[in-house]
Amino acid sequence: MRALAIPALLLAAGATAQTVAPAALADTQLADPAQEASAKALMETLRCVVCQGQSIADSDATMAGDMRALVRQRIRAGETPDTVKAWLIGRYGSYITYDPPLGAATWPLWAAPVVLIALGIWIARGSFRRRR
Amino acid sequence: MSRRLLWLPLAGFVVLLLVVAGGLWRPADPTVRSALIGQELPDFTLPPLVPGKPGVASATMRGQGPRLLNIFASWCVPCIAEAPQLMRLRAAGVAIDAIAIRDTGPAVQSFLRRLGDPYVRIGDDRASAVQLSLGSSGVPETFLIDGKGRVIRQYVGDIRPDQVDAIVADVKALR
Repeated sequence: MRALAIPALLLAAGATAQTVAPAALADTQLADPAQEASAKALMETLRCVVCQGQSIADSDATMAGDMRALVRQRIRAGETPDTVKAWLIGRYGSYITYDPPLGAATWPLWAAPVVLIALGIWIARGSFRRRR
Repeated sequence: MSRRLLWLPLAGFVVLLLVVAGGLWRPADPTVRSALIGQELPDFTLPPLVPGKPGVASATMRGQGPRLLNIFASWCVPCIAEAPQLMRLRAAGVAIDAIAIRDTGPAVQSFLRRLGDPYVRIGDDRASAVQLSLGSSGVPETFLIDGKGRVIRQYVGDIRPDQVDAIVADVKALR
């Protein structure tokens, strides 16, 4: 417990050093459950730019809170999750999302399974034919 | 034919080894860079934060010659390290506008009193909304904006003493 106390204190100090409270919608759900659900689903696919292995839905970084607020504001204003995602990709590149659009860098990921299965079938056919 | 095919797994392994060795030799750069380089500044208007200093708007950044847009905060430690470099840039005639992230007026005033004030304007970005619209991922970061309001370069992290001359040259080149 004591081992945890010091890092917790340091974290608290970091949080109070930022002189303004987190953005209004960072940790507050939207009133409309359907909008909140689509905002939440989008947040889970967006990368926190501070702690880069986490999504903004999981991260406690203040910047992730600001990004959650931005997503909720835009969804509340009636934007679709796709336009919000496209807006962020326009600012940060595909790196910002864990579900990147199909492009020059990502198509091998989609093509590789098909190619590998075809290769497997071809090899298997060869071996079965020999056995006969 | 099948003799030659026998080498295929080994060849595959060597390729994999090279890929991994390449990753060790030159680790991936985790710096998040803005995708706005070469594009127009997005439209924004930020209110002033400090008395006597106007706020920042994208409109005020057009047609006034090249300038730097510094994203900082009084609570940010690397921003303290960067302050002398910004003062040197100002002394060299570089105009610097600033966006203060999640900050308060008194905190910024005391920050500027302690470390010097290199800024022409300071905008108040309470929820990092404009920072996010610029594709910036932290403080401090600095954007080089040309006279037409286009984003030319992004300097991620605090500006170091050895970068100052190059930045002055970058700004002069745009005049």
